[in-house]
Amino acid sequence: MSGIPGVQVAAPTAGPKALRAPWLQTLLASSRFARTWIGLGITAAVVAVALLGPVFAPYSPTEFVAPPYEPPSSEAWLGTDNLGRDVLSRFLWGGRSVLGLSILATVFGLGLGILVGLISAYTRNWIDDVLMRAMDVLLAFPQIVFVLLLISSVGPQLWLIVVTVGLSHAPRVARVTRGAALEVVERDFVRSAEALGETRWSILVGELLPNISSPLLVEFGLRLTYSIGLVAAVSFLGFGLQPPAADWGLMINENRIGLTIQPWPVALPVIAVGLLTVGTNLITDGIARAAIGIGRSSAA
Amino acid sequence: MNMPVVKIAGLRIGLAGSAFDIVDEIDFQIGQAEIVGLVGESGSGKTTVGLALLGFCRRGGTIEAGHITIAGRSLLELGTAALNAARGQTVAYIPQDPSAALNPALRIGLQLEEMLAVHQPGLDDAERRKRVLEMLEEVKLPTQEPFLKRYKHQLSGGQQQRVALAMAFACRPTVIVLDEPTTGLDVTTQAHVLETVRTLCRHYGVAALYVSHDLAVVASLADRVLVMYAGRIVESGPAAVLFRNPAHPYTRRLIAAIPDLHRRRNLVGIPGHAPSPAQRPLGCTFAPRCDYATGECRAQFPSVEIIAAHHSVRCWHHARVQARGDALSGSVGGAASRASADPTSPLLAVRDLSAWYGRQPVLHKVSLTLEAGECMAVAGESGSGKTTLAQCVAGLHPTFSGEVMLAGKVLEPQARRRPRSVRRAIQYVFQSPYASLNPRRTVGQIVARPLYVFFDVGHRQARERVAAHLERVALSPALIDRYPDQLSGGERQRVALARALAADPQVLVCDEVTSALDVSVQAALVELLAELQRSMNLGLLFITHNLALIRTIADRVAVMSGGRIVESAEVESVFGSPKADYTRELLANSPSLDSHAPISQSV
Repeated sequence: MSGIPGVQVAAPTAGPKALRAPWLQTLLASSRFARTWIGLGITAAVVAVALLGPVFAPYSPTEFVAPPYEPPSSEAWLGTDNLGRDVLSRFLWGGRSVLGLSILATVFGLGLGILVGLISAYTRNWIDDVLMRAMDVLLAFPQIVFVLLLISSVGPQLWLIVVTVGLSHAPRVARVTRGAALEVVERDFVRSAEALGETRWSILVGELLPNISSPLLVEFGLRLTYSIGLVAAVSFLGFGLQPPAADWGLMINENRIGLTIQPWPVALPVIAVGLLTVGTNLITDGIARAAIGIGRSSAA
Repeated sequence: MNMPVVKIAGLRIGLAGSAFDIVDEIDFQIGQAEIVGLVGESGSGKTTVGLALLGFCRRGGTIEAGHITIAGRSLLELGTAALNAARGQTVAYIPQDPSAALNPALRIGLQLEEMLAVHQPGLDDAERRKRVLEMLEEVKLPTQEPFLKRYKHQLSGGQQQRVALAMAFACRPTVIVLDEPTTGLDVTTQAHVLETVRTLCRHYGVAALYVSHDLAVVASLADRVLVMYAGRIVESGPAAVLFRNPAHPYTRRLIAAIPDLHRRRNLVGIPGHAPSPAQRPLGCTFAPRCDYATGECRAQFPSVEIIAAHHSVRCWHHARVQARGDALSGSVGGAASRASADPTSPLLAVRDLSAWYGRQPVLHKVSLTLEAGECMAVAGESGSGKTTLAQCVAGLHPTFSGEVMLAGKVLEPQARRRPRSVRRAIQYVFQSPYASLNPRRTVGQIVARPLYVFFDVGHRQARERVAAHLERVALSPALIDRYPDQLSGGERQRVALARALAADPQVLVCDEVTSALDVSVQAALVELLAELQRSMNLGLLFITHNLALIRTIADRVAVMSGGRIVESAEVESVFGSPKADYTRELLANSPSLDSHAPISQSV
């Protein structure tokens, strides 16, 4: 041997390069479960209705087309609501707000929770204690009570729904993040980054975060499901979009008095919100199973 | 060899669902009271063979052909119930990690009694109690009541391994399989455990298969040695003969790769790595890594050839191999290759360093110095504080008093508080390359971190420099987009080394950097370190428990025990005439090939 001894220009088996990120692998693995596909189908259908609905709506959502609580007819296929507006049109228009607010709230809550969780896991000192005890305080409130408390004191604002729903998720996300990150913090590559003098931020985001992406993916799905329910509930209680806007939660509230004579304006949004949560929950369940390795092929 | 009690013939274990084999053509026998060593690199199939003696295959493997006969009974023809009975009573197994075999919630005494209740159901309580005490006495553990009342976590690693030994020998098995039982134990503890194994095997006539990658341990324990490579036994012979005059090139290379406690010599690694079952070449599996390989090696795998009494080999060129003698393990000339030391201003100085874990003191007023271009080794057993010392130097263990000085300037305890130039000058390589590389970053990203932090380079420039650093540690730049889990242990440690070198350091702190690696890989890495240290004029602080390695690489050595440096001097003087009792004890307990066969200096 000459030169530097022990030259290992080795060519170990090259793995798949494109799908390296663990959360991508988890997603891919979750596609083996039927529940993931069923959930995906349901969610896609409801999302399609919410996004594309306005294109197909026969009337404007605020247009009075017939007397109130008319049964389905050739004019209004699903009848009219408490003010004589077309139920189908209002339903097709009313999904965007629920969907949009839920996603925004989830992203906000997840971001905040991840940040708090990572800082707690990394510092492990009084900051950790302060942050986590603060989270415990938030956790003491039931989510809906917490959201209503803030909204009723400030007033119905859309941004406030996003912030409060997100804030109510944050402690739960923070706990999951902290738990997952605690194990990663102990590993030597974090010591190595510290010895190099990397900034704290780059250790949190560059070293810790990529190693806990799988549990966070599950957490995103779970929190999205809760967000949908919460946002719908908030608008049902009248703290969301204000009349005459079309919104699924609001529709249920407006039309519940006429439920016995004209069930459609209540039934449609209830079914849609229900299906949406079932759909996202099924997907999340599939991802969670993939994340903990259920159904992984046993070949060595 | 007396009457063989274990006979293995034509054993083949295949990879389930494929035509590949994990091991094949395994033939060997073990006589009563004989200890047979089974050695090879990781992936050679040695553990697979060890487990096969229990009639067991790990997931993915199936026994496809062959016979395993133990004490006249064919193991593979037994039913599940009979096989379970045979395990423990006829064949006992000692795993690498004994703590995994002990229940953490049960007291030791109770566990031993339970085991007896299963395997020797005839005993009444008093008899069983008595047997437990006898068992403990056999393995030289305390027999007092308080010891029996202890839980697993209250025992040291060595004590746990002794309890495992006690359980294994309790039923007087015909054969016992030991799978790297002393890996992770300190040399002193290891020496005691090995002594116990030897005594018990002799006394009760138990045959033993000792699976290990540590040639020195095998040399000091085994009567006969089997060398495995890529699923085949390539050489077997009496330990004394095999280590003195190996006939297979692979055996020769393995021996050349292990450091020698008694003299400084160059280590020579084995380039490449053992092929996985699906990648084995036609012909001799070792041919791609072999200096002697010729056309016929690549065409056909040689059959077993008996070259002397009990000594057989599978190599076309064994005559040439034996004739060439010891060219590979020649000793190096003079030890001190470093520039003359300037005692007034050492590159790195540690003064009166005391450190704590919480309130527990781990270092007591430790002082040492390191010159540029010098390798200072810190030796000691686990718990001696050597890693804490290294971490204090690197700014990773801030709770200490005393001074760490670089080029005369006192450093902040915490790396983050140190100026950039200091953080750059002191680089740290961690023990396990499996933990020190972020699995979510590519090799390129990992090695580029110091470049971004210290040199403000652009993306494109960083990539070029990363490629250069990879070449410097003898890695192909083609690995730049790989992730750590696509690399072998040796390659990962080289990546960690490349990351440290990318900072262009003056002091390199290496914390047990080879302890997670195979001997062949360790040799190549140590060679590389020595080469880099010379060419870059690095000050190398080399932390290790392996004394033989120190002899190979270090100029000076500090021996630590209980958080104190008990002896510190030139390597040759410490090894030649140790002053401290502790050093003498360490040296005496370190296993060495010489216990069987001193390797001659030259042909």
